[in-house]
Amino acid sequence: MSVIRLLGISWWLQLKMRSRSAFDGLLSILWPLFFATSVFLMFRQASASGAALLSAAVGASVMGIWSAVSTTASSVLQMERRLGTLELLVAAPRPFALLLVPVTLSMATIGAYSMIVTLLWGRFVFGIEIAVRSPALFVLSTLVTVLAVAIFGFLLAVASVRYRVAWALGSALEAPVWLICGFLVAVDDLPGWVRPISWLLAPTWGMSAIRASAQGRNPLGDIAICLSLAAVYMVVGIVLSRLMINSARAHATLALT
Amino acid sequence: MLMTLLLPTSGSGRVLGLDVVKDAQQVRRKVGYVFRGDRGLYERLSGLDNLRYFCELYGVPPKQQKARIGELLELVGLKGREKERVEGYSRGMRQRLHIARGLLHRPEVLFLDEPSIGIDPVGARELRITVRNLVDEGTTVLLTTHYMFEADELCGRIAVIAGGRIVANGPPEELKSQVSTGNIIEVDVFGLPADAESRIRALPGVRTVVVEEREQAQVLTVHAEPGAEMAPAVLARLEGSRVGKLITREPTLEDAYVELVAAAAAA
Repeated sequence: MSVIRLLGISWWLQLKMRSRSAFDGLLSILWPLFFATSVFLMFRQASASGAALLSAAVGASVMGIWSAVSTTASSVLQMERRLGTLELLVAAPRPFALLLVPVTLSMATIGAYSMIVTLLWGRFVFGIEIAVRSPALFVLSTLVTVLAVAIFGFLLAVASVRYRVAWALGSALEAPVWLICGFLVAVDDLPGWVRPISWLLAPTWGMSAIRASAQGRNPLGDIAICLSLAAVYMVVGIVLSRLMINSARAHATLALT
Repeated sequence: MLMTLLLPTSGSGRVLGLDVVKDAQQVRRKVGYVFRGDRGLYERLSGLDNLRYFCELYGVPPKQQKARIGELLELVGLKGREKERVEGYSRGMRQRLHIARGLLHRPEVLFLDEPSIGIDPVGARELRITVRNLVDEGTTVLLTTHYMFEADELCGRIAVIAGGRIVANGPPEELKSQVSTGNIIEVDVFGLPADAESRIRALPGVRTVVVEEREQAQVLTVHAEPGAEMAPAVLARLEGSRVGKLITREPTLEDAYVELVAAAAAA
């Protein structure tokens, strides 16, 4: 119970902190709209319509969730370093992983908002008909994807505990994940050697679940795989965070900015 | 290292009988850490939200949180300002919030890292009162400071570290008694003759003489040998000069610190 409370309150306070900057708020409105506009224009030029346009709209919206997490998750611990709070998080008696997950979850929550904005943008500016066949499963798939992306972000962030330049990792992965996870291009259309990489990435299955529920297919299999992969990331992240913290304590890098 | 933020390169460390490497989690539950200066707080959150967050991090039971935060805000004098964002706090307010944060989980040992740096004299005085109250209530406080008067006022035991080694360790009075000089005479002189310094240095019983320009006066500081009464002889050597204030004092902790560190450097 206390763990759920810790996660809940930490998530809420982190979200509150991240929502305070007007500049950041403006960026989180504009940023996903640029993605969405580029995608919609590309698909329109290719004379796509109906299910293809809906698929593009949904893909563009998940791009926003991923981008919100990938670009910031790796730099979040660098920010904690600058604030001097990283040492306090490490010095707290709670497991470090439990403190980090709400941080990346708050980013994914901000990213989830981009999904709504993108869909509205597609509907009202580009006239794309957003017909979600299974709304309840669509919401469930979206929530699972947000959670999985947050835990993926946690995995990325862990490296920054030890290595100060690891903040670049998230930015480096932003665009490749768009492609590999089938946000815009179907995974089946990727070269054969890339597909196993796609299958190991939870956003691939989250994306697939969201598309399936939008088109009225059963997303539960995709959801199960997405959650299983997220659980594996979590376990790997916990083990990795312990190793990274011990290394940071041995090399005295926690307080370095 | 004692806060479990660093691993020892050699040897071991224990806090309240717990090993700082093997029992790190238990140590963290029992100790509190107060940063100096501006770092260590979430600027965009209010003081209250900062305390709520750290309550969760340190596992303060939910039913006790509100009361605990209230009493700490009262203790550090931030009652009524807790809903303001930390980015608008003065340095002194931040420092007091740090102390409240460090005390949330009622630590048995509190580490204070130069807590009064950058705080105005009134704030620093209030801070010292707060620290003294904590000690009176049974909290062990480990204070690092470069202000010797602060250490003298607050500490029951002082360790002087020079070059990474403890060169002295004991109560303030014991450290002061280790100083090899006797009384110290400080004289304000207006128009000190050129040869006065060397003539005073030549007096039997004088160990060192330092002259410092201070506005129109020269301040002459004479360190005497233990037991030597130098004031009349020094004044005799200043005949013909206009002499202002004269103070004879016992060595302070700062004198002891300077001597201990200088001896360590020379060794």
